[in-house]
Amino acid sequence: MHVMFFTERAYHAVPEDEVFKIRSFFGVPNKFFDAQKGAQLLNEYIDEKIMCDELGFDGLMLNEHHGTPFCMGAVMDVEAAVLARATKRAKIVLLGNPIPTVANPLRLAEELAMIDMISGGRLVPGWVRGAGSEQLANNANPAYNREYFDEAHDLILAAWTRPGPFRWEGKHFHYRFVNPWVLPLQKPHPPIWIPGLISPETVKWCAHHRYPYVALATLLKPTLEMFNMYAKIAGDLGYQAGPENFGYLQPVFCADTEEKAEELGKNFLFGGGFSHFARPEWMFPPGYNSKEATRRLASQAANPNLPGHGLLDHDPENDAELQALKKALYGTYPEWLRQSQMITGTPKTIVPKLRHVLEVLRPGIFSFWLDGPAPLKDRRRCVELLGKEVLPAMHEIGKELGLTDPFQVKPGSRQLSNGKAEPVGRPDLIAESTLGA
Amino acid sequence: MAETSHKEETFRVGETELRVIKGGQGKPLLVFHGELGFPGWLQWLDVLARKRTIWIPLHPGFGKTPMASWIMNMRDLGAFYARFIREQKLAPVDVIGFSLGGWLAAEMAIANSAQFSKMVLVGATGLRPPSGEIMDMFTRTARGYLNASVIDSRNNPEFAKLFGGEQTPEQFEAWEDARAETARIAWAPYMYTQSMPELLANVAGLPTLILWGKQDPVVPLSAGELYHQKIAGSKLVTFDNCGHMPEVEKPADFIKAIESFLG
Repeated sequence: MHVMFFTERAYHAVPEDEVFKIRSFFGVPNKFFDAQKGAQLLNEYIDEKIMCDELGFDGLMLNEHHGTPFCMGAVMDVEAAVLARATKRAKIVLLGNPIPTVANPLRLAEELAMIDMISGGRLVPGWVRGAGSEQLANNANPAYNREYFDEAHDLILAAWTRPGPFRWEGKHFHYRFVNPWVLPLQKPHPPIWIPGLISPETVKWCAHHRYPYVALATLLKPTLEMFNMYAKIAGDLGYQAGPENFGYLQPVFCADTEEKAEELGKNFLFGGGFSHFARPEWMFPPGYNSKEATRRLASQAANPNLPGHGLLDHDPENDAELQALKKALYGTYPEWLRQSQMITGTPKTIVPKLRHVLEVLRPGIFSFWLDGPAPLKDRRRCVELLGKEVLPAMHEIGKELGLTDPFQVKPGSRQLSNGKAEPVGRPDLIAESTLGA
Repeated sequence: MAETSHKEETFRVGETELRVIKGGQGKPLLVFHGELGFPGWLQWLDVLARKRTIWIPLHPGFGKTPMASWIMNMRDLGAFYARFIREQKLAPVDVIGFSLGGWLAAEMAIANSAQFSKMVLVGATGLRPPSGEIMDMFTRTARGYLNASVIDSRNNPEFAKLFGGEQTPEQFEAWEDARAETARIAWAPYMYTQSMPELLANVAGLPTLILWGKQDPVVPLSAGELYHQKIAGSKLVTFDNCGHMPEVEKPADFIKAIESFLG
């Protein structure tokens, strides 16, 4: 089992009410950004990742967002380059580079190749379509998002594996000279993992490419349904999906006492928390969704999977409304815990809860997710406890449950038994309390 | 008010089944709808349909007519309609274009002004406004864009009839189709052709009427004035206290201006 650590590298010094005012992190005016504070936080986040490497985490997971205090990692490859040299052992897992928003995918292929070389072959690149707002922030035409994604993916792999120089005359990308003189250390190319919010289109695409699919903190039941969709397609393609094909990211907050851990966890809802506030005009720019996804959306204004949805159908018009919204939102905290969307506790109480998640989903990849404006010493203590006490237990459980990771079993290499795909995970173990939406 | 009967017909243009709303009688009048699709049979169409056969093609990718993936910019869309006009033997035809539909008409007139007999541009996009900016529909919801495009969305009965009330799933889907196709052809530069001011010289000689709401919040009047300046012999008529939809906001003045121009 491959266990990672992840955080969004948030700019928590943003006044929370500014986020509530527009009910979105994306779009908060950057006059609230103080570069001194930002510099301090970015370095703390890098130090935290180095600490994780020393504690024995298998992977250091990064991601990328633009134009939002929710995540300062606007150019994730810069952080990855720092970690490539400053860490010794852990994989550097990029989930993922938003390739449709990158106008020059060849440059991205070169950046990643350099990171792989500097790190001694520890890079795991991944690709995402980018959230709707990323298309606006990068002025990438959302109507061609899927086409850009497919073509940029093919171009990057070609740049890494096809002897140059060659020409590339695609629909969206055009190069007269592809011949990079920096190539990844890992051959034929670094392993590729794909994160997602259980969009069926992405799950299908991953199964076809035999790429591990990492579900980002989605509810257990629909997550397992998607894993099984993957497994079914894998079966049709002639291979059996195993734990090495799946990953799961989960917010986990660990402290010396239950109370402290709960307090830490509640910070996760800062500003509305992950995906709480998603203005439809920014999350769903034109043509970003498939026709099928648009049809699904037509009958629901936003993602109903998340507790707290629909607390207010307009921006708060005065302070009383804003404070009431904030209170209602923080009031959803017990629901987050009940649905196992978030796990809090001491190492002793966390491990059985994590065991349940691992038993249900049977992923070969797992990532802790720590976020929220907590004091540095509490964050550091959380990471320390996770690394020293929870991580070894996870490795043991992984062994016991046979949760092979992509470095132990090559994803897509498992044979079908009797020519038929076996379902994955244990839906029968999903407790009543975690059924969710 | 009784609505003139109109119906939907299908015409084949290359590989595409083009859906066209047709109604009325007499000489054909081609109507190009704007960036959110055909809003519905309006009062002004009723009046004009007494003397003219109205042809309103529903642009490829806007829902009813399937998307043609090769259409990636306004020149492509213009060439598609040039073929349609040629094959239906409509040329030279009178044309009215609204907003993005006005840009389409202007592009087609630049390529071949002889395919039109008269051209009416209503709050047309297509030019970078010398002052102000074209309102960005892509950072708004469809409903938000519509409400912001007129001076008074709350007290206009025809606007309320078209766009008021609860948004139905069908309406949402149609608007999302329209937004997606508009993004394919007009994402950047947003809603205009860089070379348009120079190319409009090719339109000289085509009788052109330019209609604009003086307070148009979507395409600033400065763009209408530039169209007027660059199309030799064109006529500019503006409506006071009017936004981006004079056909809905000032229907009587709008109809009068069009009737006196088309004859």
